[in-house]
Amino acid sequence: MNELLPLLVAIPLVGAVASITLGSWSDRLAWPVTFLTMLVHVGLATAVASTVYRGGTPLATAVGGFTPPFGIELVVDGLNAAILVLVSAVAVGVLVYARRAGPHSVAFHTGYLLLVAGLSGMTITGDMFNLYVFLEITGLAAYALVATGDDGRAAVGALKYLLVGTVGASLFLIGIGYAFVATGTLNMADLAEKLATADPTLVGASFALVVTGLAVKTALFPLHTWQPEAYASAPDSVSGLIAALVSTVSAYALARVTFSVYTVDFLTSSAFAQEFLLGLAGISIVAGSLLAVMQTEIKRMLAYSSVSQFGLVVAGVAIANEAAVTGSLIHLVGHAVMKGGLFLAAGALAVVAGARTVEDYDGLGARAPLLSAAFAVLSLSMVGIPPAVGFVGKWYIALGAIQAESWPIAVVILVSTLLTLAYFLRLVERMYFRTSSDDVTSSTGTGATAVADGGDDTDDGLTRPSAGMVAVVVVAALLAVGLGPLVSTFEPLLEPTLETLLQL
Amino acid sequence: MNVDILFTHYNYIVVALLLTIGAYMLVETPNLVKKVIGMNVFQSGIFLFFITSAYRTGGSPPIVGHGGASTTYVSPLPHVLILTAIVVGVSLTAVALALIVRIYTEYGTLDERVLREVRADE
Repeated sequence: MNELLPLLVAIPLVGAVASITLGSWSDRLAWPVTFLTMLVHVGLATAVASTVYRGGTPLATAVGGFTPPFGIELVVDGLNAAILVLVSAVAVGVLVYARRAGPHSVAFHTGYLLLVAGLSGMTITGDMFNLYVFLEITGLAAYALVATGDDGRAAVGALKYLLVGTVGASLFLIGIGYAFVATGTLNMADLAEKLATADPTLVGASFALVVTGLAVKTALFPLHTWQPEAYASAPDSVSGLIAALVSTVSAYALARVTFSVYTVDFLTSSAFAQEFLLGLAGISIVAGSLLAVMQTEIKRMLAYSSVSQFGLVVAGVAIANEAAVTGSLIHLVGHAVMKGGLFLAAGALAVVAGARTVEDYDGLGARAPLLSAAFAVLSLSMVGIPPAVGFVGKWYIALGAIQAESWPIAVVILVSTLLTLAYFLRLVERMYFRTSSDDVTSSTGTGATAVADGGDDTDDGLTRPSAGMVAVVVVAALLAVGLGPLVSTFEPLLEPTLETLLQL
Repeated sequence: MNVDILFTHYNYIVVALLLTIGAYMLVETPNLVKKVIGMNVFQSGIFLFFITSAYRTGGSPPIVGHGGASTTYVSPLPHVLILTAIVVGVSLTAVALALIVRIYTEYGTLDERVLREVRADE
């Protein structure tokens, strides 16, 4: 199984080349080629993850036969095996949705596979510079995918994303540079050993730069400025995919770098590291929720909600005890399923009723019962109603905060839950307890907003969502509820990894 | 304050200058193309940082058969890393310029302020 790890990156890369060559021959081949590639990828990812969890030991391989620490190492342990399966599974789900919802261009499918290659690479790499390269591949593919929207707004959103994202990745690179100057190595495991004896000032500066760079990519407040516009202007399938995966994998990278490179010892002993992370997370949780409450456009609201949820994840990483890190991983996976599902549901509801703003959701429960129900379930799961996965993740993080006696964070988590309730409940209330004011003239009534945000351009004249689109949204809602109770069986599988990472 | 460090480490001062000039351009200019140039200047600062940190006085190239046992070899790794980073930078510039071309055909301007006004009217 070890020698198969490079294939996790290679398969989508080959698929990307295949989709663009076959696609240029006949447009209709692009989707099947992409889908086939993703099926192989999801199979391999699942096999790798099940080997890791059953064996209890990490898988590792040296790329090209150059032994680490000189060569690049790929490592899959309990922490990233879950993320790997998540990336692959969500990509398959969104692809099924995109079959009818579009975009249908060949470029979209090629970009899609390149994004999966970048994300898989970021997830499994054990080398800092390799992480930077995959971060940029992911970024480039994401910028291009956001720009697959037909209108100018998507291009502006993508350019803003590119400029801010590049600065983030560059800061990350300077951070790697500092660590490299201090130690002369780039391998994560080797860095962890050598950084312990290196000049503390240099290590501290390197940590600050790396964390700031990844915080830009994760979109933590106040470094989130690229994110709402990018999510809102992208086609619905792309918003779903990017919201579910790109920030998630960046947040995973933040956790990986914190635990596997700088180590928990540094986090707790250094004068500022833990406070820096906790402060960033706390501000992000509160500010993201407050900004989400203020939005009128659904996709922007969902985007700001992500800022707040990733604050929670980073808070769990910063607290760095067993419960909190378990919570962070659960919330990473759970948030990806829920937020991806919400974006796709919002896209499907926009096809049904042209609903793009909060006001448009009046009376939707009657017009699109199944989609509205799925949207409501996903919303309530995001708020954290038991037994949904959104509750379990928050519960573990809050538990970890209380165990660590980190009271401000515990209070912030509670307050943010109330704010999350505020912005999701008003939608649920509008969908079920109000009647649409413009039932008869819905197409003219919402036409103006739909054109303004360019949403309908990508719908390709769809008048109702396809069965595949609805099915993906419903599956996401079922997973959001079903994954919650499964956590208790997953938790013991994670224990050996956490013991290594947290040096228990 | 040790002034000597300004003269012995002037290369790092150039790095800091490039980084700040690049970041300032990126934030300050309303012209989208100049923003991309600012991004490039910022990245050049990073490239210079890696290259200059790898410089060894009297070092010789790390080629098998060059020099004797007492020679100091220069680590080739930073140069290779920066070759990769330059490729990444070129790709980013290409994508950014492609997006700017689309924005220009759509809105007929490269000025961020005009762009904001046009889009507010939409």
